[in-house]
Amino acid sequence: MEKGKSVFGHIFKGFNRSSQHDEDISLAEECNRAEDAVIKIENLNIYIRNNHILKNVNLTLHDKKITCIIGPSGCGKTTLLRSINRMIDTTEHLRVEGRVLVSGEDIYDHKAEITHIRKKIGLLSQRPTPLPMSIYDNITYGCRIHGVRSRKVLDATVEKYLKGVNLWEEVKDRLHSPASALSIGQQQRLCLARGLAVEPQFILADESTSALDPISSKHIEDLFAKLRERYGIIMVTHTLRQALRIADYVVFMYMGEVIEQGTAEELFKNPQHELTKQYLSGVFS
Amino acid sequence: MKTKFIVEKIFFGLMIISVILVFAFLGSILITIIRNGWPAMSWDMITQLPGGGFYIGKEGGVLNAIVGSIYIVGASTILGLLISIPIVFFINIYLKNDSKLASITRLSFDVLYGIPSIVYGAFGFTIMIFLGLRTSLLGGIIVITLLIIPIFVRSMDEVARQLPKHLLEASYSLGATRYETIKVAIRQIAPGIATATLLSIGRAIGDAAGVMFTAGFTDSIPTSLDQPAATLPLAIFFQLSSPLPEVRERAYAAALLLTLIVLVLSIVGRMITHRFSKNKIK
Repeated sequence: MEKGKSVFGHIFKGFNRSSQHDEDISLAEECNRAEDAVIKIENLNIYIRNNHILKNVNLTLHDKKITCIIGPSGCGKTTLLRSINRMIDTTEHLRVEGRVLVSGEDIYDHKAEITHIRKKIGLLSQRPTPLPMSIYDNITYGCRIHGVRSRKVLDATVEKYLKGVNLWEEVKDRLHSPASALSIGQQQRLCLARGLAVEPQFILADESTSALDPISSKHIEDLFAKLRERYGIIMVTHTLRQALRIADYVVFMYMGEVIEQGTAEELFKNPQHELTKQYLSGVFS
Repeated sequence: MKTKFIVEKIFFGLMIISVILVFAFLGSILITIIRNGWPAMSWDMITQLPGGGFYIGKEGGVLNAIVGSIYIVGASTILGLLISIPIVFFINIYLKNDSKLASITRLSFDVLYGIPSIVYGAFGFTIMIFLGLRTSLLGGIIVITLLIIPIFVRSMDEVARQLPKHLLEASYSLGATRYETIKVAIRQIAPGIATATLLSIGRAIGDAAGVMFTAGFTDSIPTSLDQPAATLPLAIFFQLSSPLPEVRERAYAAALLLTLIVLVLSIVGRMITHRFSKNKIK
């Protein structure tokens, strides 16, 4: 927790001094974040064109922790991740059974508001996906659609989150130039900042470092390590080393099933299941 | 020499020939209308209404046709955009990829695209007779709008189909609705919208058959929607069929004006497109 305070603390200090209005906003966003926020997945089955993609998945994902989902290609990691913020809805011929509870609320309930779910659970995709607008507008896009209009608040938001992802110094003089002009590593940090700007509780990361060069990749990884103080992070990764470095919890999947889950230490040091042992020792990948 | 290098050379040659042919067509059209039209070109031509006896070579200009064309093209382009943009977003964002409705819509617009403008004109004329309307600016605007909607829809649709899926998902994942996501999509396909507009204006401003029965022709500038309106293509048509050489020259001058308007619109359009594509994600 200390680390998180030091990262966001200095941002907040500058932020709070600026005006009463801004203070109200940071207060409001604190209230939005329930302390016991947790994602519970119960008996989740997903079929696409009658292919059974996810088989009876039961999982608990913790707030303020990094959970890494590992497993060979095509094992359903990405499908699982995309089912947590209902991004999977865009898939055709889809059938979902079971429940995904976010702070006790079933997101597959027909009354659940999909935009609200996605606001609470951000997604950072594999390749950076800047929107076709300026750097400034990319960050404020999410805030604007959720009703923030005040120029002052938006300015402060841009600065706060760009600083949060260590991008501010690099782009502060060209906030109004197109986001597509940034390098791919900068774009990915911009996308992270854009996601954080709508104040989610959880961040889903789908192999978010795999398209980046080693230095940019490390940047993102370090950011995740810091962000775990405030957000629950669920990441799919292909690199076992990455999971080893930053995971608090690890979920191992194989052929659409969760084979084993537990804290990183348990799972890496003392895997119970034969498949997990084989995967970790590199028999298959 | 290996066969594949010979084939390569032949194709290169064919491409060069095609390019030369296109330039030759454009060049000969321009030379014809400039040579025939330039002598009749005068300030009066652009600023005066046809005077008495204009069509037998007396003084006047084609201001009535210039203004009429601008009215019809301007209004139908705006109406066309307002109608076709929602169609494009409906079939590309609201409907799923394998939607039957989307493919039927596309097929319908392909058919509409191919219908000659005289059929639109005849159709419009029948409706007007049925409703007891006379030839009017409004009739022309409606028929030209119908004529260019398929062009708008199909050319924007081609661009909208290339919309990267991840771009839409990026917007959805921030909690945006589909309507809000359209605002993102519209920035990405803005250059495509500009191109579609240019194509449509080109077709609308050059169309004679559609407006012949519906907008009619007049020597004055229409001051309300229920008055008939002249158009440049019809001004060319009427004067070109004259036996008098000086009247035929004026037809070429009107053709030159029409070409110049299209040229200016295209250049302005390209500049606007360039501005719009600044933020586009490659």
